Amino acid sequence: MGKLSFSRKSLGIPYALFLALFVVAPLVVLLYYGFTNGQGQFTLANLTGFFTNPNTLGTLCYSFAVSVTTTGACLLLAYPTAYILAKSKIRAKSVVLMIFIMPMWINFSLRITALKEILTLIEGNLAFYPFANAVIGMTYDFLPFMILPIYNTLVKLDESLLEAARDLGANETEAFFKVTLPLSVPGIVSGVAMVFLPAMTNYVVLDMLYNSTYIMGSLIGSYFAAYNWHGGSMIALILLAIICLFTLFTKGMEEENNPRGGALL
Amino acid sequence: MKKVWKAVIIVFVLLFLYLPILVLAVYSFTDATQLGAIRGFSMHNYVTLFTTPELRNMILGTVALAFSSAVLASVLGTAGAIGAFYSGKKTSSAITAMNQVPVVNADVVTGFSICILLVVVLGVSKDTFIPLIVGHVTLCAPFVFLSVTPRLKQMDASIYEAALDLGATPAEALRKVVIPQIFPGIVSGFALAVTLSLDDYFVATYTKPATFDTISTYVVNATKGAQTTIKTALWALSTVIFLVVILLVVLMNLRAGSKENSERAGV
Repeated sequence: MGKLSFSRKSLGIPYALFLALFVVAPLVVLLYYGFTNGQGQFTLANLTGFFTNPNTLGTLCYSFAVSVTTTGACLLLAYPTAYILAKSKIRAKSVVLMIFIMPMWINFSLRITALKEILTLIEGNLAFYPFANAVIGMTYDFLPFMILPIYNTLVKLDESLLEAARDLGANETEAFFKVTLPLSVPGIVSGVAMVFLPAMTNYVVLDMLYNSTYIMGSLIGSYFAAYNWHGGSMIALILLAIICLFTLFTKGMEEENNPRGGALL
Repeated sequence: MKKVWKAVIIVFVLLFLYLPILVLAVYSFTDATQLGAIRGFSMHNYVTLFTTPELRNMILGTVALAFSSAVLASVLGTAGAIGAFYSGKKTSSAITAMNQVPVVNADVVTGFSICILLVVVLGVSKDTFIPLIVGHVTLCAPFVFLSVTPRLKQMDASIYEAALDLGATPAEALRKVVIPQIFPGIVSGFALAVTLSLDDYFVATYTKPATFDTISTYVVNATKGAQTTIKTALWALSTVIFLVVILLVVLMNLRAGSKENSERAGV
């Protein structure tokens, strides 16, 4: 067995090396740059600088607000949509679902361009409502990623549980809040994970809608443009910490399939 | 829920998702330079799109980048998944853990960190395309890994053993037994890799050569400029991509429909 399994195992070596080199090493480099200054000396200045500078703190709060509002808007639109689709009696449900998922395969920058033209037509000048535009743009971009995982959990939901609830005297509303909603939590968590984090970092959507306010991702961009690797690395680390916290928090609660890939498998 | 409400919600969401693309599609066939001012029918946006070298290079470059990184990602990711699957628990979970990082990480951080490592620390020039390709493979390969792994788990291990008993070398058994069984996973991983690469902005913007543009980076820069011919040509591009996506979805559904009864694993 030893010899045979060796050849199969060794197939993993190139990929393991690749990951070590281009996933782990870059993170180590980020740590090094984040905690050193231009002379290569250890410093906490980048970290304390972030938390004492009103601009960066304001950016953190602003991205948080944009992200929470976007996630809420996506959830409000996606849950009923996914629910209606999952419960509908039509035969070709997966085909109808495709219609709601399809925008995710059209290049986002082109879709945002289209949205920008429409918003300009409606609002006259995009500068009037920067926050609303950011939320509309992100919701437009990320909505399919919220619909898909919620639909996936709802469609798998065991009908007999609902029948049991009704037999035991629950009305439709009670059955929904005590059976359907709790059982669809994994889908909601997956959807939230797919929307919340990207909404904190996707600064291009804001850029394209002429919203000059910084969000977390654009801070990295601004340090990058200024060749300030140390400050940029620190922002990247802080983002990474937020992502880690969020991932730990939602661990085990998510739908099994990753929504980013779910539609294609 | 009342029927009316259901219809209202569905129609609203569909309008929200499609109205901008559809309106732009209509305007792409006119010579209007902004919405509202409808003028005559014209194909000039499409002519511009396919005859301007700058636009053509950008489109071809994006597609070439997507396919080459998807091929590399599929080879690496598939081999990695097979290797991890047959390795001991420690090795396997180490690879899986590393694989998970780019999946949950923000693309900004992935792109920025690869740029720092390759360009700033190791001094690799962006003009070599190495940082860009590495960045996109890093972005895509984990998803190939994730779509191949479940197929390996579903596989009947005894068929591989049987192949060896019947005289196949391990390499032959891998090629003739394992690969065919996990092939659907490789295909969907590849497709996913292509779409991820096509849609990427962040990794490309931190790692691409200054003279090279993907559709995303090009469009983002173009919206900041005021060049009207380019702007309306991009409306045409968005319409073309929309039609291509519809065509692919229809083809996929036809294929899935014909296979519906025979096999419907995964989802």
